[in-house]
Amino acid sequence: MRRVLLWTPLVAFVIVLAVVASGLFRPADRTVRSALIGKSLPDVTLPAIAPGKPGLSNASLRHGGPRLLNIFGSWCIPCAAETPQLLRLKAMGVPIDGIAIRDTAPDLRDFLARYGDPYRAIGDDSQSRVQLALGSAGVPESFVIDGNGTIVLQHVGVIGADDVEAIAAAVRSAR
Amino acid sequence: MRRLLLPLALLAAPALADPTTPPSALADTQLRDPAQEAQARALMTTLRCLVCQGQSIADSDASMAGDMRALVRSRIAAGERPAAIRTWLVERYGDYVSYDPPLGPATWPLWLAPVALLVVGALIARSSFRRRR
Repeated sequence: MRRVLLWTPLVAFVIVLAVVASGLFRPADRTVRSALIGKSLPDVTLPAIAPGKPGLSNASLRHGGPRLLNIFGSWCIPCAAETPQLLRLKAMGVPIDGIAIRDTAPDLRDFLARYGDPYRAIGDDSQSRVQLALGSAGVPESFVIDGNGTIVLQHVGVIGADDVEAIAAAVRSAR
Repeated sequence: MRRLLLPLALLAAPALADPTTPPSALADTQLRDPAQEAQARALMTTLRCLVCQGQSIADSDASMAGDMRALVRSRIAAGERPAAIRTWLVERYGDYVSYDPPLGPATWPLWLAPVALLVVGALIARSSFRRRR
């Protein structure tokens, strides 16, 4: 009994050390993901904000076939870095709808003119309401929506050059 | 040139990465009814800001936290119960958004640890008092 007690502090120390070391070498994933994956899109009705482009409505989102729903803002610098990949996706035939978070029409016009315009429709989410309803925790974020209006995939953060193929495949298989 | 560096660095415009639009009406304005405002505040201190993660939405200056405060206040003003608003957010963001973790498979050690420690403490106290006598 005595011997066991003698070794207990050292064993406890080694356990603590192992926990700390594992956290150090493999940090926990702090990405906040939406809990709505596999579920139906919430109600979305957003007015248009870019000239010549429609806004977003339930009807257009539920019955418009599979597509990518991209959450962005002209004030968001990573979103500008993401646009080339979105343009590539568009060239591959992926329809992209945008939700502009807290944006103004002139800022958005400048953003699209400067970085390119991959969007089919852009909805104006001036108070982040739809973003919150989607379970999105920041910009940029993208959701793959299938033909029935079900969310099948969420991509948190910038779509990098390496992610383009996987996202195009996800949209293709989301019939 | 070297002497100029510090003032230049101070003058340099930081890369703006925040929205330029004004915050929502209810983000920083209290509700008229003090009882409702108290309810909203109590809820806001237990909801996590999703872009700043270590702060509650009541403490955060992030624009998204402001929008979440506006959402909480407008729903409380519309007569919704705080528990229903928390449930609505948990349905979208998971338990992570709430600072009030429910008892579940992942959290039971958190809830049971204090009880277990109290039991261990009582056992140690009992054995050490017995020895003294």
